[in-house]
Amino acid sequence: MAFDKMELRDIEVWDGNFAAAQALRQCQVDVVSAYPITPSTPIVEGYAKFKSDNYVEGEFVMVESEHAAMSGCIGAAAAGGRVATATSSQGLALMAETLYQASGMRLPIVLNIVNRALAAPLNVNGDHSDMYMVRDSGWIQFDAFSPQEAYDLNFVAFKVSEDHEVRTPAIVNQDGFMTSHTAQGVHTIDDDTAFNFVGEYKPMNDMLDFEHPVTHGVQTEEDWHFEHKARQHNDMMTIVPGKIDAAFEEFAKLTGRKYNQVEQYDMDDADIAVVCMGTSVETAREVAKEMREKGIKAGVIGLRVFRPFPFASIANALKDVKAVAALDRSAPGGTPGALFNEIAGSLFNSDTKMLLSGYIYGLGGRDLTKKHLVDLYTELQANADAGKVLTQQQQFIGVRGPKLAYL
Amino acid sequence: MLEIRWHSRAGQGAVTGAKGLADVISTTGKHVQAFAFYGSAKRGAAMTAYNRVDDAVIMNHEKYMEPDYVFVIDPALVYTSDVTINGKENTVYIITTHMSTKELIASQPRLEGKKVYTVDCIKIAQETIGRAIPNTPMLGAFMKISEMYDIEFFKENMKRILAKLPQKIVDANMLAIQRAYDEVK
Repeated sequence: MAFDKMELRDIEVWDGNFAAAQALRQCQVDVVSAYPITPSTPIVEGYAKFKSDNYVEGEFVMVESEHAAMSGCIGAAAAGGRVATATSSQGLALMAETLYQASGMRLPIVLNIVNRALAAPLNVNGDHSDMYMVRDSGWIQFDAFSPQEAYDLNFVAFKVSEDHEVRTPAIVNQDGFMTSHTAQGVHTIDDDTAFNFVGEYKPMNDMLDFEHPVTHGVQTEEDWHFEHKARQHNDMMTIVPGKIDAAFEEFAKLTGRKYNQVEQYDMDDADIAVVCMGTSVETAREVAKEMREKGIKAGVIGLRVFRPFPFASIANALKDVKAVAALDRSAPGGTPGALFNEIAGSLFNSDTKMLLSGYIYGLGGRDLTKKHLVDLYTELQANADAGKVLTQQQQFIGVRGPKLAYL
Repeated sequence: MLEIRWHSRAGQGAVTGAKGLADVISTTGKHVQAFAFYGSAKRGAAMTAYNRVDDAVIMNHEKYMEPDYVFVIDPALVYTSDVTINGKENTVYIITTHMSTKELIASQPRLEGKKVYTVDCIKIAQETIGRAIPNTPMLGAFMKISEMYDIEFFKENMKRILAKLPQKIVDANMLAIQRAYDEVK
């Protein structure tokens, strides 16, 4: 069955959801098994429409829940197809059990998570609670800061995830509404070039290869479970980072757009820096430039890859900085934020003695304004000048009521 | 940086209008951003949509905006929400109403001393498109007030953006854009 190609302009004005849907079309995903949820719905809706309009040769499987959606993806991936889906928030929570199945079974699947707050109270807007909830699920996690990156990272995700040495599912995160429903110029890749980057899907241990029967979804008790999990972790730590770098390199050769596991902006001579994810990275970049006009050497680090956590790269990126803020967009539930903890961990056994403070911000889509970031950089500069953290180690940005600070 | 805030009711096409405007501007090499506040808003609820336009890639993702232009595409929103919030001294307001600009300002003192233009996008849409979808006429009025592009260039681009609609509807939208361009005061 032949499908039609689509003529794209060099720059299309797309929101993050449509950009991701276009990438799924261009990768010619075989099976999308999905249960729609705000704000990720238009991704799977887009794929379904492309399929109905004969722009993709594949199957759209409508199911009764997100648990079933990922179960369908697992079945299709085990059978030997290129597989993707999308979800958010409560949908991801219901899907969580099956995420561990997918990674444990070493099935390459691409999941677009359009990041959204977790209830209660119910909220459809963007924060990173859902991303954080599944951070130890054994999936590779990429993070897009804009619609362009939501498009680009889908290609990279398929490329890395399907590599026979990797065979680990991958998540592409984008901010709910701030990226998913924000239209911006997206530099497109033509259909043939895009498909050739990911290539024809090459199954491995697929159930439909009747010449080579395999078992999927086995039970192992204390005799083997640990070895399987150790192997999974070993590959994440030793194989996946190199594969991600290679895919970023190849993608840069194709498009001129170079990604890095740890994105550094204005960091060469920075005294102070903000580390964050999502659209906040770009807003912070703009504010860092404005701080530099005032003589404050501000920089930004954006985490492009959240899992495997780029432990050494982030420590290296921060080694000459005096004061750093880790921004976590997720309710910490009785501990410092995850980025604060992981960055602290990466620096603890190093010679770096920089001052680290943690900030919780933007829950449920609360705006992170440029003014917030100016105040934050000003506070970091004061820490750097004093040679110590002058505030408590955990603060909240942009929440109403009396100022909250802990630790 | 040019910044625009739309005041609309969910279902009146502000998001489509904002994205359409961004698309047209993008073809001229400028960088654009179009977004909206949805919440769990239902059809008919007051909502806002936004455009940013710049010569460089737009990095700012804050929702806070001090707009250069405010478009109001539902006549009642001038009274039920503060369309002047976060306005600047030289913010330009283009407001859908059946009233004259003078009558409108008299009825809403917040607009006193501001640069206000009026056009009846609802009536224009009803008489051309046959439905009260005031988004495209607002863009016609904006082209007149801002002198951003030649109206024929703008209409040609909008034809491309609306191409998936039936030809009759596309033609009606072109009439609506031209009428609002001619009638805004």
